Amino acid sequence: MNAERQRAKKKGIAFELNKNAFLYLMAVPGLVVLFLFNYMPMAGVLIAFKNFDFSKGIFGSEWARPIYNNFDFLFTSEQTFRATRNTILLNLLFIACSTLVAVGLALLLNEVRRKLFKKFVQSFTLLPFFVSWIVVSVFAYSIFAFDQGMLNQLLGWFGISKVNWYNAPQAWPVILTLIMVWKSAGYNSILYIATLSGVDTSYYEAAEIDGATRFKQMLYISLPMLKPTIIILVLLAIGRIMNADFGMFYGIIGDNPNLYATTDVLDTFIFRNLRVIGDVGMASAASFYQSVIAFVIVLACNRWANKYQNGSGLF
Amino acid sequence: MTNKLGRLRLSDALIYLSVFAFSIVCLLPFLMVIGGSFTDELEIQAHGYQLFPSHFSTQAYHILFIQWKVLVNGYKISTIVTVVGTAASVLICAMLAYPMSLKRVKYRRFLSVYSMLTLLFSGGMVPWYIICVNYLHLKDNLAALIIPYLCSAFNVFLIRNYFESLPEELSESAKIDGAGEATIFFKIIMRLSTPVIATVSLFIALTYWNDWYLGVMLIDSSDLQPLQLLLRSIVSNIMFLKTSDAAAQMLSTKGLVPSEGIKLATCVLTIGPIVFLYPFVQRFFIKGIMIGAVKG
Repeated sequence: MNAERQRAKKKGIAFELNKNAFLYLMAVPGLVVLFLFNYMPMAGVLIAFKNFDFSKGIFGSEWARPIYNNFDFLFTSEQTFRATRNTILLNLLFIACSTLVAVGLALLLNEVRRKLFKKFVQSFTLLPFFVSWIVVSVFAYSIFAFDQGMLNQLLGWFGISKVNWYNAPQAWPVILTLIMVWKSAGYNSILYIATLSGVDTSYYEAAEIDGATRFKQMLYISLPMLKPTIIILVLLAIGRIMNADFGMFYGIIGDNPNLYATTDVLDTFIFRNLRVIGDVGMASAASFYQSVIAFVIVLACNRWANKYQNGSGLF
Repeated sequence: MTNKLGRLRLSDALIYLSVFAFSIVCLLPFLMVIGGSFTDELEIQAHGYQLFPSHFSTQAYHILFIQWKVLVNGYKISTIVTVVGTAASVLICAMLAYPMSLKRVKYRRFLSVYSMLTLLFSGGMVPWYIICVNYLHLKDNLAALIIPYLCSAFNVFLIRNYFESLPEELSESAKIDGAGEATIFFKIIMRLSTPVIATVSLFIALTYWNDWYLGVMLIDSSDLQPLQLLLRSIVSNIMFLKTSDAAAQMLSTKGLVPSEGIKLATCVLTIGPIVFLYPFVQRFFIKGIMIGAVKG
């Protein structure tokens, strides 16, 4: 009975694949690319437990002895802790400030009635999103360079002596946050503006009649309308908190060890071990450690998102 | 009454002013780099970069153009990668999104979950790198700059959401009329989906044009450097000034190499195409994000 049902099911698969053969074939290239660049690396995390040998590949290399060999140094290294702390704290700063500015911008733009002005503002604020991190690093250099930088010139006008920004790690959490806000606020605000454009205008009309000021309308109508979007987007961002934007950090900070104290993140730390120092064992252990914690955080955030609003998590 | 009107006007002014100020802040770095790139080198050395150069000079650009072969090569690599990558990637993503969107495809849920998982979990940088280099031989070739980004689940879902909004009867009636699946997809579905296809193409093109991760990870040869990487090596002064004839020529004629100006001039040339195309594509982009925002 059971076997029969299974046979029927198998026949079902064959039948379905045959019936829609062309449609399934269409999906194949995409599935293959995802398999090669996403699923294979997921299986490849095994490498953290191996004595990696380039000629033997990931699966052919010998197991490490003892099995946690690669992790020994990872967890005794101060740099691991520093990179983890920097990744999480900087990401929290980025999420908080980007969200604040993007929501603020959306709320203000929602009050702007002049179409032309709105368009003009939106295109200017979105422009930074279109340039690469390397270009941003040149922008940063033109502002923060010691001799030529515009910031030091500005300080000079006020009689403040020059600061060597590229040797002042304590300033960089602020600088990086400002850069992140500058680059992403316009883009992020679009999502909020989209939500606000769906709000029934009769709410505002009613509030107007009751004598609510612009500011009060923003605070008591628009902001509550945005709340679900804000919460979901923040939760999704927190899900990625273990992953720093490699392009940003390696582009702006590069190989400047003076700033590592506050700016070395897991991704740059792993990259350095892999491509500069060439310690594949250490790099793969760190990479594994990052993936595992990220995995747990993603699951947790998704649960919260679903709990907050059913179906708003990713799965 | 007048009081209320006055207050209203004040709040309006505050709103317009703060929004305006923020958009100027967004624009300022662009102006700074453009201004700086036209500042005379002696002026830069003495007073630093200037927003409005007191001594206008195109010296930095002259030097860059003496080295035009390197620049043209960078543009060439970036253009090839962007054009080929975008065309292939849009096609691959749309072809994966299509069966996902059809109710008559029984295992569409499997396709969605399979793609969704890649958005959530990652094996990390090291296994990815070794798979690319060791197994797929994506090292120091043009393919290495294209293939890894061919399919992004994010774009697949954007397209799928749009496909789902098209009535399925459309393709079913075409089928009854004797059209094959290929005809339905390319002649009907893709044509009806131009808004989303345009937006996703833009997303992908931007990813390819601005990317330098693939270059840093997988390219060592200087002949294959895309524009972004070229900018980086010029900025960090690794190869450009030391090995260039341009520098030698400059030293012999002017006694000074405009090294600081060159950085900004290269930057201006890198963002040139984007700033030039920006007014045309920007509206598409906003519309596209809105499409995606409706169902995240």
